[in-house]
Amino acid sequence: MITKRIIPCLDVKDGRVVKGVNFKGLADVSSPVALGKYYSDHGADELVFYDITASSEGRALFTDILTEVARTIFIPLTVGGGINTLDDFDRVLKCGADKVSVNSGAIKNPSLIFEAAKKYGDQCVVLSVDAKRVDGHYCVFAKGGRENTGMDAIEWIKKGISMGAGEIVLNSIDTDGVKNGFDLEMLKAVCDISSVPVIASGGAGCKEDFVTLFKTLPKVDAGLAASIFHFGEVEISDLKQTLKSEGIIVR
Amino acid sequence: MIAIIDYGVGNLFSLSSSLEAIGKETIITGDAYIIRNADQIILPGVGAFGDAAAKLKDSGLDKIIIEEVKKGKPLMGICLGMQLLFDEGYEYGCHKGLGLIPGKVISMKGVVPEDYKIPHIGWNSLLFPAGREKSPLFKYINDGDCVYFVHSFFASECNESTIASAEYGALLTAAVSKDNIYGCQFHPEKSGAVGLSILKAFSEL
Repeated sequence: MITKRIIPCLDVKDGRVVKGVNFKGLADVSSPVALGKYYSDHGADELVFYDITASSEGRALFTDILTEVARTIFIPLTVGGGINTLDDFDRVLKCGADKVSVNSGAIKNPSLIFEAAKKYGDQCVVLSVDAKRVDGHYCVFAKGGRENTGMDAIEWIKKGISMGAGEIVLNSIDTDGVKNGFDLEMLKAVCDISSVPVIASGGAGCKEDFVTLFKTLPKVDAGLAASIFHFGEVEISDLKQTLKSEGIIVR
Repeated sequence: MIAIIDYGVGNLFSLSSSLEAIGKETIITGDAYIIRNADQIILPGVGAFGDAAAKLKDSGLDKIIIEEVKKGKPLMGICLGMQLLFDEGYEYGCHKGLGLIPGKVISMKGVVPEDYKIPHIGWNSLLFPAGREKSPLFKYINDGDCVYFVHSFFASECNESTIASAEYGALLTAAVSKDNIYGCQFHPEKSGAVGLSILKAFSEL
């Protein structure tokens, strides 16, 4: 049986993990390489690396670090942040990424999804969507959630899948950072129309939030979170035990 | 030394890094002399069957692999590399494989139930066939251990050589072996400690 996936996400800027992290026994808590290995060794099913570097110098540094991370971990690695062109895909795939996540770049130029899927396969293209309720609609936001595109999230995800996106990451801006659980309502709306795996993001505050997620929405394939893992509020191995005892199939 | 066959298909970085991590010397190569002198051969691959089979044939590497295998050298195919070990593949037409293991590679469509997503992506558990001796490839792992899959096609009509399956609405061939030839549909280089143990067992053959 295929398992539900637990995915920690690292935001990397200037070669360091942003959002302080706090692990016992980890000397350099903001080293993406050390943290990546920690997660890989402690039961994470996949890692997401997010490049939030602005400058091109930062980008070169990110590429170096990415290569080092890919050399150190032996689980699937997804890379996102600043992916606007096929060259960007090429750059991160050559560093050892398995999947590439597109967000604002695909909003600006939707054919990027199609071109990338054609060149690297559907399984390689992850469509990441930041969505928020506006006047009773789920609206797509760009630029890290700062800009309302006016696009309907469900329609955008349908279009993304038809163009070849192999996986959807749905990040609810409404629940993000609130730590009161995933946005089950928004996720259900996406699961109802998605023929590809859906990864839930935004809102996890404790282990029970993941139990509720997978029990309420069996069609969700994975749960993604950042700070609760970084701060050790939820240990992945412990979370897996809890899920297992609740009858949810995990690795 | 382990030769990882480079025939212009897929990213070989993770595979060589994972073998390095378990202390094995590797070389990514398309050179006949190096392949002949290697202790083991790994045939990787992502992409489509026909395209990859053509690249192997055009480069003449197919003949060298077959020659070395016939001499008894251990060979492991991974993902598409595993599929290429079979007689033929039905991805966008019918294409000849290396013919090292009897069987054919077919689409999951119509085999797995409709509500199962294709490709089969993610961690799934290995089921060893009942009543058969455990393969030496799995000497460090157990029935039920999880490995990472990404594929839409799978090997069928190969019961005799199947050493592990995965349940995905139907039983899919996860690994095969025949004499000194091994194949994994999943990616050991992306399967954490379990995957590294499989690579270690192969490197010790």
